[in-house]
Amino acid sequence: MTLADDPARRRPATGSSAKVRLRGLSKAFSVKGRRVEALAGIDLDIQAGEFLCVVGPSGCGKTTLLRMLAGLEQQTSGSIEVARDGSSARPLNSMVFQEQSIFPWLSVRDNVAFGLKAQGLGRRERYGIVEPFIRKVGLTGFEDALPHQLSGGMKQRVSIARAFATDPEMLLMDEPFGALDAMTRELMNLELQRIWLERQKTVLFITHSIPEAVFLADRVLVMTTRPGAIMDDVAVRLPRPRALDAMSTSEFGGCVARIRARFNAQGGVDA
Amino acid sequence: MTSTRNVALTVGLLCVSLAGWEGVVRLLAVPAYIVPPPSRVAVALWRGFASGLYPRHLLYTLTETVLGFLLGAALGFSLGVAVASSRYIEYFVYPYIVMFQSLPKVALAPLIVIWFGLGLASKVVNAALVAFFPLMVNTMVGLRSADEDRVSLMRALAASESQIFWMLRLPGALPFVMAGLDVAVILALIGAIVGEFVGAQHGLGMLIQGMNFTMDVSGQFSVLLILSVLGLALNKGIAVLRRRVLFWDPSVKSRSDTP
Repeated sequence: MTLADDPARRRPATGSSAKVRLRGLSKAFSVKGRRVEALAGIDLDIQAGEFLCVVGPSGCGKTTLLRMLAGLEQQTSGSIEVARDGSSARPLNSMVFQEQSIFPWLSVRDNVAFGLKAQGLGRRERYGIVEPFIRKVGLTGFEDALPHQLSGGMKQRVSIARAFATDPEMLLMDEPFGALDAMTRELMNLELQRIWLERQKTVLFITHSIPEAVFLADRVLVMTTRPGAIMDDVAVRLPRPRALDAMSTSEFGGCVARIRARFNAQGGVDA
Repeated sequence: MTSTRNVALTVGLLCVSLAGWEGVVRLLAVPAYIVPPPSRVAVALWRGFASGLYPRHLLYTLTETVLGFLLGAALGFSLGVAVASSRYIEYFVYPYIVMFQSLPKVALAPLIVIWFGLGLASKVVNAALVAFFPLMVNTMVGLRSADEDRVSLMRALAASESQIFWMLRLPGALPFVMAGLDVAVILALIGAIVGEFVGAQHGLGMLIQGMNFTMDVSGQFSVLLILSVLGLALNKGIAVLRRRVLFWDPSVKSRSDTP
């Protein structure tokens, strides 16, 4: 079953402008006959157009949360309500993963157009839509290159262009820059921010890096482990667009320190 | 350049070994019906080709091998797809396929000649049976090796299972399939020759057996030489196909490099 078919998910949000409302959301897995709680009772509102980052130690259920939002996993209990935009022709979400989720047998252009092809658009139409996105991520001139000819950063740009090209209502990003070197990572953060500012999509972004989370997010969720729950909810009040020197402001430092303190309080830094 | 030097070295090495072989055989006066000198093998080869005997039988064996390979590949690929896409087929059918594979299939050749006759059909079937298994296993493994993130991505895009198969699993399985074809083409040649040994009216295998009865060892050597060149050529054919199909796989490029 796809998200679009599920009437429960299409219900308009009542009372607020929340794009996504999670109520009492929990997920339990069975590992070798033992019940393991991955997420316990998550209550969360994500506003439309909000950039939300999630940080937490490994195994805190961040990825499970994202997969449930993507409709790839069913919750054990609780509810997910998503307020759909008017036109249901747009896909609800698109995903970006850490490295290598692009297709090695497709050119850059066909990779970016991949989601559109899956939606059944013709070649000419796909290429027309894709062209500006390739330009936005700075891959003009590489349209016909194959992934093995690209650097890690360029591959991730392809993933990002692909995610934006289907014009989803929500972007779900699971540690997309985790495999990149620090310099490339900062550059990609700037580019992601720039494209996001142009398109104002609702973004859920999972990362291991506290500075990355604070730099990108309107709001950072800090999660605890076993069972996964939200420990803190930190609003980042830095004006946009943020340049890299935003990292030397006291607001930035304060947010990072607060999140790090939360991490230390539960006995381990994972970032 | 290194490449010309490599070619010169290869040719030189070949000449030296042939000369050494010729010298040893003549010096020790080894009878030609035990080990013939290369010069006599060359004469046999030339006569065989000049008389049109070898080309005729070569063409026959080649036809058997190629048809057997195509049939075996089609069988192996479809079974691989079937087993990979259905847990039921894997559970109920796969054990029998493995059982069948564990049996030395060369031992089936006499039966196959009884069922399919002395002509082309029995060799094609034999070649196909010997060749299908590695391709089946490789297809299976290849289809199952699809990256989970990519599958998730497609599911999140609401892609259908058939889209996931055609756009993701199948292209992702191609490196495995090509490796399977590499093995299968040589196995098909083995299957065809074994079929000819058991009973045939044409083909290089039949020719070898005939020469064995008349103690024509130089002739046998010359046919063996043709067979190894044939195997090499078939292998090269697959390599060309592989480069075309797997143009996106960086490992393809590095494989064709010279040392």
